Amino acid sequence: MSASSQKKLREIAILATLVVLGFIMLVPLMWTVLLSLKSNSDLLQSTANAFHGPYTGENYAAITKSSGVFRWLMNSVIVSGLQTIGVLVLASLAGYGFARLEFPYRDQIFLLVLFGLAIPEQAVIITRHQLFTGLHLHNSYPGLILPGLAAPFGVFLMTQYFKAIPKELDEAAILDNASRFKIFWKVLLPLTIPAQATLGIFTFLGSWNDYWWPLISATRADMFTLTVGLSASQINFAQTSGLGYLMTQAVFAAVPILIVYIIFQKYIVRAVAGAAIR
Amino acid sequence: MSRALSQKGSWTNALFVAPYLFVYLCLLIYPLIAGMGLSLFKADLFGGGSFVGFENFARLFRDEVFLQSVANTFYFVALTVPPLTVLPLLLALLLNRTTRVAAFFRGVFFSSSVLSVTIVTLVWRMILMSEGGLASNITALFGADAIAFLSDPKIVMISMAIITVWWCLGLPMMLYLSALQQVPKDIYEAAELDNASWWRTLWSITLPSVSRTIILVAIFECVLQFQLFGQPQLITQGGPNGASRPIVLFIFEIGFRRWDVGYAAAASQILFAIILIATLVQYFVTRKRGVQ
Repeated sequence: MSASSQKKLREIAILATLVVLGFIMLVPLMWTVLLSLKSNSDLLQSTANAFHGPYTGENYAAITKSSGVFRWLMNSVIVSGLQTIGVLVLASLAGYGFARLEFPYRDQIFLLVLFGLAIPEQAVIITRHQLFTGLHLHNSYPGLILPGLAAPFGVFLMTQYFKAIPKELDEAAILDNASRFKIFWKVLLPLTIPAQATLGIFTFLGSWNDYWWPLISATRADMFTLTVGLSASQINFAQTSGLGYLMTQAVFAAVPILIVYIIFQKYIVRAVAGAAIR
Repeated sequence: MSRALSQKGSWTNALFVAPYLFVYLCLLIYPLIAGMGLSLFKADLFGGGSFVGFENFARLFRDEVFLQSVANTFYFVALTVPPLTVLPLLLALLLNRTTRVAAFFRGVFFSSSVLSVTIVTLVWRMILMSEGGLASNITALFGADAIAFLSDPKIVMISMAIITVWWCLGLPMMLYLSALQQVPKDIYEAAELDNASWWRTLWSITLPSVSRTIILVAIFECVLQFQLFGQPQLITQGGPNGASRPIVLFIFEIGFRRWDVGYAAAASQILFAIILIATLVQYFVTRKRGVQ
């Protein structure tokens, strides 16, 4: 067999492998969509009915009327959006401070922050919950947003990024008598936009999909985020208003983040790559 | 010049790090230390409690339910980390090219990673549940009995592992892809000139150049999968007979369902110790890279 036909054969084998694996990957999602398009009574007979018609949009009509998903969607947008902004602000300021400025015990303080990377959320949950009880922050937006601001990953990332920017830039600005804050704001911050994008995407995805803290902090249905709201429907699985209806909620919850993913796919890939290099 | 920059550091410079540091100390360090303290008390929901020393820890090591959850967690890590280290590498090797087809499949394999655990479990419950799940529909086609994916204590953790691999393989795949893209192209060109076979190129060039990424992915996944919680909490509530209850679910149940907070705090110290060790290993492995 010639080298070129061997190469062609290999290409076909690779493509076939990808198609099979890709199909397996997507089957669970396709099954979910199929179920969501069936009437609840059809599915009660047998879920095998989902392989053929009739299909209906009645579940989708039903959740617009009765379900809490819109409220949960709004809560998720508020919490994830504000948390992302908060992380970007705090991490940029701190990253600049650690990378560029001198102050007493700077290196020790930075080490203390690095140590935080090893602290799992679950290890602090009991006392954090007590703290927020004491401050009456449960079932509130600040209560849902604040814990995410403490994660050290952003500070670590931004510090590395600021360190990589040539010092000559600030030195020129110092000659012009610019203040520290002005150097940060006008000269360096615009250069960190790629890192801001990386951090922003990670923070938003992490916050949007966070289940652990909102599950513990938000106990009132009107303060549920999308993840917790959906879990409440799921835990009551036995008394569910119907499989089709439940699957419609899943589709509804998945669609916004999948749209965000498809739009920002290029940036997400770059963000992961960027974080890997760092 | 740089003397002007590094003029004797003053506390006012620390104002830049102060806002973050305040949040960090209040919401991460304080709860950590307070949790260590709390683990030495017999305390209920309202905090008031009596000092019991290490009695909570002694109780943990006698507690069958806790020991089972530790064993479950290690079993789960052993089930998930190898496939999550190898499978994404294979995918990355297949997809390390700039064609549109490759970009499409990268998108497909990463898509599950952007979903939340509640969506993932809802979707997979519809596959694995023994009455009406997709899997049982398929086995019925062949006239076979449905497999008790979620109710057989021997199988349930394997089911959790399948779900988790499906959910998590996108991120390591992306990490491998970015590592593969940093392998200098001219090495491959040289190999091609030497008529090196595909396998030989893979063994002698590609794999050695991503070996560090392989180790990093393995450790990263260890840390991540030790924190298993949502999948069993949502699908099986830890059952049957506690066969799918991981450490984090134990902490959750003791702390927020039975409100035995001192005891739960003690269990979370054990989790912290395990994860701290894994993170330290990761730190030293990354360190070896030198410059960074």
